[in-house]
Amino acid sequence: MADRSPAPDTPELRERWGAFEFTESSRERADKAIARYPEGRQRSAVMPLLDLAQRQVGEETDTQGWLPLPVIEYVADYLDMPVIRVLEVASFYFMYNMKPVGKYHVQVCGTTPCMLRGSDGLFETCKKRGMSKGHVSEDGLWTLTEVECMGNCATAPMVQINDDNYEDLTPARLDEILDELAAGKQPKTGTQIAGKRTSEPEGGPTTLKEMVDANHDYRKEW
Amino acid sequence: MLADKDRIFTNLYGFQDWGLKAAQQRGDWDDTKALIARGHDNIIEEMKASGLRGRGGAGFPTGLKWSFMPKESKDGRPSFLVINADESEPGSCKDREIIRHDPHKLIEGALVAGYAMRARAAYIYIRGEYIREAETLQKAVDQAYDQGLIGRNACKSGYDFDVFVHRGAGAYICGEETAMIESLEGKKGQPRLKPPFPAGAGLYGCPTTVNNVESIAVVPTILRRGASWFASFGRENNKGTKLFQISGHVNKPCVVEEALSIPFSELIEKHCGGITGGKDNLLAVIPGGSSVPLVPAEQIWDAPMDFDGLKDLGSGLGTAGVIVMDKSTDIVRAISRISYFYKHESCGQCTPCREGTGWMWRMMERLRTGDAAIEEIDMLQQVTKQVEGHTICALGDAAAWPIQGLIRHFRPELERRIEEHNAKFAEAAE
Repeated sequence: MADRSPAPDTPELRERWGAFEFTESSRERADKAIARYPEGRQRSAVMPLLDLAQRQVGEETDTQGWLPLPVIEYVADYLDMPVIRVLEVASFYFMYNMKPVGKYHVQVCGTTPCMLRGSDGLFETCKKRGMSKGHVSEDGLWTLTEVECMGNCATAPMVQINDDNYEDLTPARLDEILDELAAGKQPKTGTQIAGKRTSEPEGGPTTLKEMVDANHDYRKEW
Repeated sequence: MLADKDRIFTNLYGFQDWGLKAAQQRGDWDDTKALIARGHDNIIEEMKASGLRGRGGAGFPTGLKWSFMPKESKDGRPSFLVINADESEPGSCKDREIIRHDPHKLIEGALVAGYAMRARAAYIYIRGEYIREAETLQKAVDQAYDQGLIGRNACKSGYDFDVFVHRGAGAYICGEETAMIESLEGKKGQPRLKPPFPAGAGLYGCPTTVNNVESIAVVPTILRRGASWFASFGRENNKGTKLFQISGHVNKPCVVEEALSIPFSELIEKHCGGITGGKDNLLAVIPGGSSVPLVPAEQIWDAPMDFDGLKDLGSGLGTAGVIVMDKSTDIVRAISRISYFYKHESCGQCTPCREGTGWMWRMMERLRTGDAAIEEIDMLQQVTKQVEGHTICALGDAAAWPIQGLIRHFRPELERRIEEHNAKFAEAAE
C-alpha cells in the first residue's frame, strides 16, 4: 500500500486552486463518463473524473498534472459525494499524483521481468541526468518514479513517460529519448528495436507470417 | 506446433489494422446473429464442452461459471458481465495485445457471452496504465455501436446489450474480481468477503460474472469452429490454445499463441530463440506470472505448459507469463523484487497481508545480502504460512508462494550467502 497523503492545505493552495472548475471540454467528457453508469450510480465515475481533473491541472501547469485538495473537493461536489470518499480513491490509486510533478513523468518499471532485462541501467541513465526518485528536477522537466509492472514484459525493459510507452530500451536509447523530449520533439513510441513491430520475436514472427504483408483470412483453411 | 489456421488471434502482433473493416475481413462479427440465435443455454453447454478454463490465472471452467448466473430475474435486478482487463501480474502482457490489435474479438465475445449469461451490459475494466490501449478499445466500441453490432437490437438479434469501457488508475489489487467491482462502484479497490459471490450479488448488488479478456475474446471462435475443435488441443482437462508471454533471459522474448500442454523446451526453442547462453545456462523459471512459485531448470525443461502439468511441479500456469532466469540472475534479488511488488500492492485491508508483505520483503532484503541468521530462513517460511490463507483475497497467498518456492529450491544458496556474510563479519572482528 502506498503511503500517500494530500499536499498540505495552505492558503496559497486555496488561492491557486480554489476556483478550479472543469473547462467546457472536460465537462463534456465528464458528463459522458457519468452516463456510462446506471442512474443514481454517478459515483462510479469518480475515477474518470479524477483523471480528467488531473489532466486539466496538467494543461494549466504544463506538467503531467496532479490533484490539489480543492480540485478533489470540486470533483466530490460534481458527483455529490463526501470529500473523504473522493480523497480516499485519489490516494489509493497510484496514477493520481498527490503532489506536483514535472512536465514529463518518467516512470521506469523496476519489477522482476524488467529488472532481468536491465532496468537498473535505465535508472542509472535517469540519475546521471540529475533525476531522483519522487522529486521534480530543478528545471521542472522531469519527475522520476519507479513503478510496478506495466504489462510490457515481453518488450522489457520499458519506461512510460506521460501517455506513451517506450519499450525494448537500452540506457543509450533512453538517453536519446529524454534528449528528444527535452528538445520538444516526440520520440518514436513502442519498441525501440529497428524493424520490430510489437511483441513478436526479434527478427520476425515465427508464426502468422502471412499477416505481415496482408490481412490474411485464415478461414479458407479451416 | 499449432498451425496458423488454428490460431485465434491472427492479428496478435498488429501488423494489420485493428479497425472494424479489417477485423471483419479476418472473420470477426461474421453472422453474430446466428451465434446468438443458438440460445442462452446452448452457448453455455458448448462452452462447457470446449473445456475452456479461465485465462486470468485461476483456471476455473468458464462455461460452468456462466451457468451460476440466474436464468431469470425474480426481483427486476439486471445482470452484468465485467471483463477483467486489469492485466497487472508481473510477466503478463497478453490482454494488451488483444485489446490494441484485435479489440473486436473482445467486443464480439462480450456480446455473445453477455447474451449467454443474460447480462444487460458489459463493463470492460482496463488498467489505467494502458492509456493508448484504452483509446483503441474505446474507438473500437464506438465503431461497433455505429454499425449496430452492440447497443439496441445488437446485430439485429433482438437483444439489447451495452459495452462500456472503464479505466482503472494503477492498483494491481483491482484484478481481484470483487476489488474490481468495488472499484467500478467508485470506491477503493478492496476485495469483498465472499459469500455472497458475484453471481449472486456483484456490481451494484446485481448478479455479475467477472471474466478475463482472453476467456471472452476466444468465445466467438470456439462457437464458430465448435467445442470439439477447441478441445482437440492440449491434454485432458487442459484444453485449447493459449497466449504465452515469455520474458526475461531468452534470446527473443515474445507473446505467442500455442496449444496448451506444449513442452517448455519447445516453446523456448521454437519461438524465443532459446535461453540466453544456451540450455545449460538456465537457472529457474517462474512459469505463470509472479504469483506462482519458481521451478528449477531441470524440472521445467520437459514439463507440459498447462494447469495440471505445472501444478504437479508445485507451481501453476497462472496467466502463462513465463519469466525465464539464467545463471547470471541474482535469484534472491529477483524474488525479493517480487516481494516488494506485493508490499507495494497490498490494499491494506487484512492485517496479515498489510504487515506481512512488508515484513517478508524486509526479511528477503536481508537474505539477499546474507545479513541474517540461518534460523531466520525457517522463520520466514513460517511467516509465509501465517499469511497464506489468512486473508480475504489471494494477494496474501500470492506474496507467500514465490518465497516458499525460493526456500524450497534454493535453500543452499540462502545459507551460502549467510555464511559468507558472517565469515566476513568474523574476519573484521579479529
